[in-house]
Amino acid sequence: MKLGFYPGCSMHGTARELQESLSAVVGALDVQLTEIDDWSCCGASSAHSTHHLMGVALPARNLALAETQGLDTVVAPCAACYSRLAGARHELAHDAKLARKVRGVLDRPFENRVAVQNVVELFGDRLDTLKAAVKRPLMGLKVACYYGCLLVRPQAVSGACDVEKPCGMEKVAEACGAVPVAWNSAVECCGGGYSLSRPGSVIRLGRAILDDARKCGADALLVGCPMCHSNLDFRQKAMQREGDPKGPEPVEGDRPMPILYLSELVGLALDLPDEVLGLGRHFVDPRGLRRKLAG
Amino acid sequence: MSSPHASGHHGEGASLGAVLREQTGLNAARCYQCGKCSAGCPMAAEMRLKPHDLVRLITRDQRATLFSDESIWLCLTCETCSARCPNQVEPARLIDAVRGLAWREGAEGAPRPVRAFHQAFLKQIRKHGRMFELGLILGYKGRTGQLLRDADAGPAMLSRGKLKLAPHNIAGVADVRRLMDACEAAEVEA
Repeated sequence: MKLGFYPGCSMHGTARELQESLSAVVGALDVQLTEIDDWSCCGASSAHSTHHLMGVALPARNLALAETQGLDTVVAPCAACYSRLAGARHELAHDAKLARKVRGVLDRPFENRVAVQNVVELFGDRLDTLKAAVKRPLMGLKVACYYGCLLVRPQAVSGACDVEKPCGMEKVAEACGAVPVAWNSAVECCGGGYSLSRPGSVIRLGRAILDDARKCGADALLVGCPMCHSNLDFRQKAMQREGDPKGPEPVEGDRPMPILYLSELVGLALDLPDEVLGLGRHFVDPRGLRRKLAG
Repeated sequence: MSSPHASGHHGEGASLGAVLREQTGLNAARCYQCGKCSAGCPMAAEMRLKPHDLVRLITRDQRATLFSDESIWLCLTCETCSARCPNQVEPARLIDAVRGLAWREGAEGAPRPVRAFHQAFLKQIRKHGRMFELGLILGYKGRTGQLLRDADAGPAMLSRGKLKLAPHNIAGVADVRRLMDACEAAEVEA
C-alpha cells in the first residue's frame, strides 16, 4: 500500500534512528512511503505558541502539497508533527472562518482532504501482517508503553480509544511478542519542547516517568516521538546526576532505561540488525536488550 | 475599560474573553474554577499563576497581569487540562491564544530562554523552510549567552551521527517566507 510520508525536521538529525528503523520495517508491512515533495517545517512548537494563524497555516501548506501530489493519507512519525498536521486538519474542518483565512494566506489549491496517521496507527492498522512477519518474538521483554501528550490529546484529533488509558501501542508491542507492563505514566508529559530552554523542567518530569517505569518492572520504554526520545534518552544521565531532593525516591539505583522508538521494537521482532535500526545512536544503549532475549 | 458584553470583532474595546472567543470559539466564562486543570498540570509546580488562575484572569479581562507574568509561557501545550476539564473550557488552547496576543504586543514579556528559543526556531524556518537543529542550538545560545551549557552534548550527538552539520534549503523557501509574512500581516489586520 502506498502512503504519503511527512518525515519532519528531526528525522534527518537527532531522530535519525527513527527514520532508519521506520524505513527498515515498513516493507514487511506491505507499505511504501512516498515523501511529500519539498515539504516544509510544521512549526511545532514555536509557531503555534506565538502566532495562532501561522500554527495552522504552516502544517496546512504540507497538507496542500500532499493533496496536489495525489496522496490520500500521510504518515507523520514524529508525534509533534502529527499533532500539528492532524490538529490543523481538524481545526480547518470545524472552523469555517479560520479555513477562509488559511486559504487566503496559502495561495495554493487546498481542499483539506488528506488524512494524517501517527506511527501507532501505522502499525496498529496492520497487526495481522505484523504478527505474520515477526521472525523473533520478543518473548518476555517487558515494555512501558509511553504515549506522552501528542499521540493522545486532544482526543478529537487523535481518536485514541481512551484519553487516560490508550491501548494502541500495547497492541503493537504484544504483536511483537513483548509484554506491556501496567504503569501510571503513559500519558504524562516529558517536558516536550523545553529540552533547551528549561532543561530543569524536563529533568524533573522525565525522572518521574522513568522511576515509574522502573518500579513497574519495565526493561525498556517505548516512544513515538523524537522530543520524548530526546528528553528521556539524552537527558537521562542528567536525571541521575542532578537528583531533586524533593522529587520521587530513586528506585533500583536508577538503573539505565533504554528508550526505544516503536519502529525499533518492530525491527527487533523482525530480527533486523542493530545498524539497520540505528540502535547504536542511543545515549542509553538498548543493544543489551537483544542479548537479554538471546539469554 | 472594555464592556463585558463586547463581542464580534477585535475592536479596541473588546474584552480579552471576547477576543479569544472570536479567535478560538472557546468561552472562558464557562469555567467554574474547580481547579482540575491545575491539579493535573505538569508545569503547575513551576507556575506562579496556575491554569485555573489564567482562565479566571481571562474572564476578568486582566491583560496586563496575564501578559507580564511568565506563567503563560510555561504551558507545554500537553493538553492534559483540556482533556480533563469537566466543562470543555480547553485551557491549553486559550493559553496558546493568549500567548499569541502577548507576543504581538512585545516578545519581551516572555522569559528570556523561552523567547530566545521561539525566535531562533522561527528564524530557522524562515531561512531554510525547515528546522536546522544545529542552527537552532547556535541561535538559541547566541540569544541567551548560555554558550557553555550542554557543551558536552555537541560531541556526543556528533559521534552518534545525530547532528547534521549543513542545512537543507527547500526549493519553496521563498513561499514559506511569504506564508509566514502573510500570517503576521493577517494578525495585525484582525
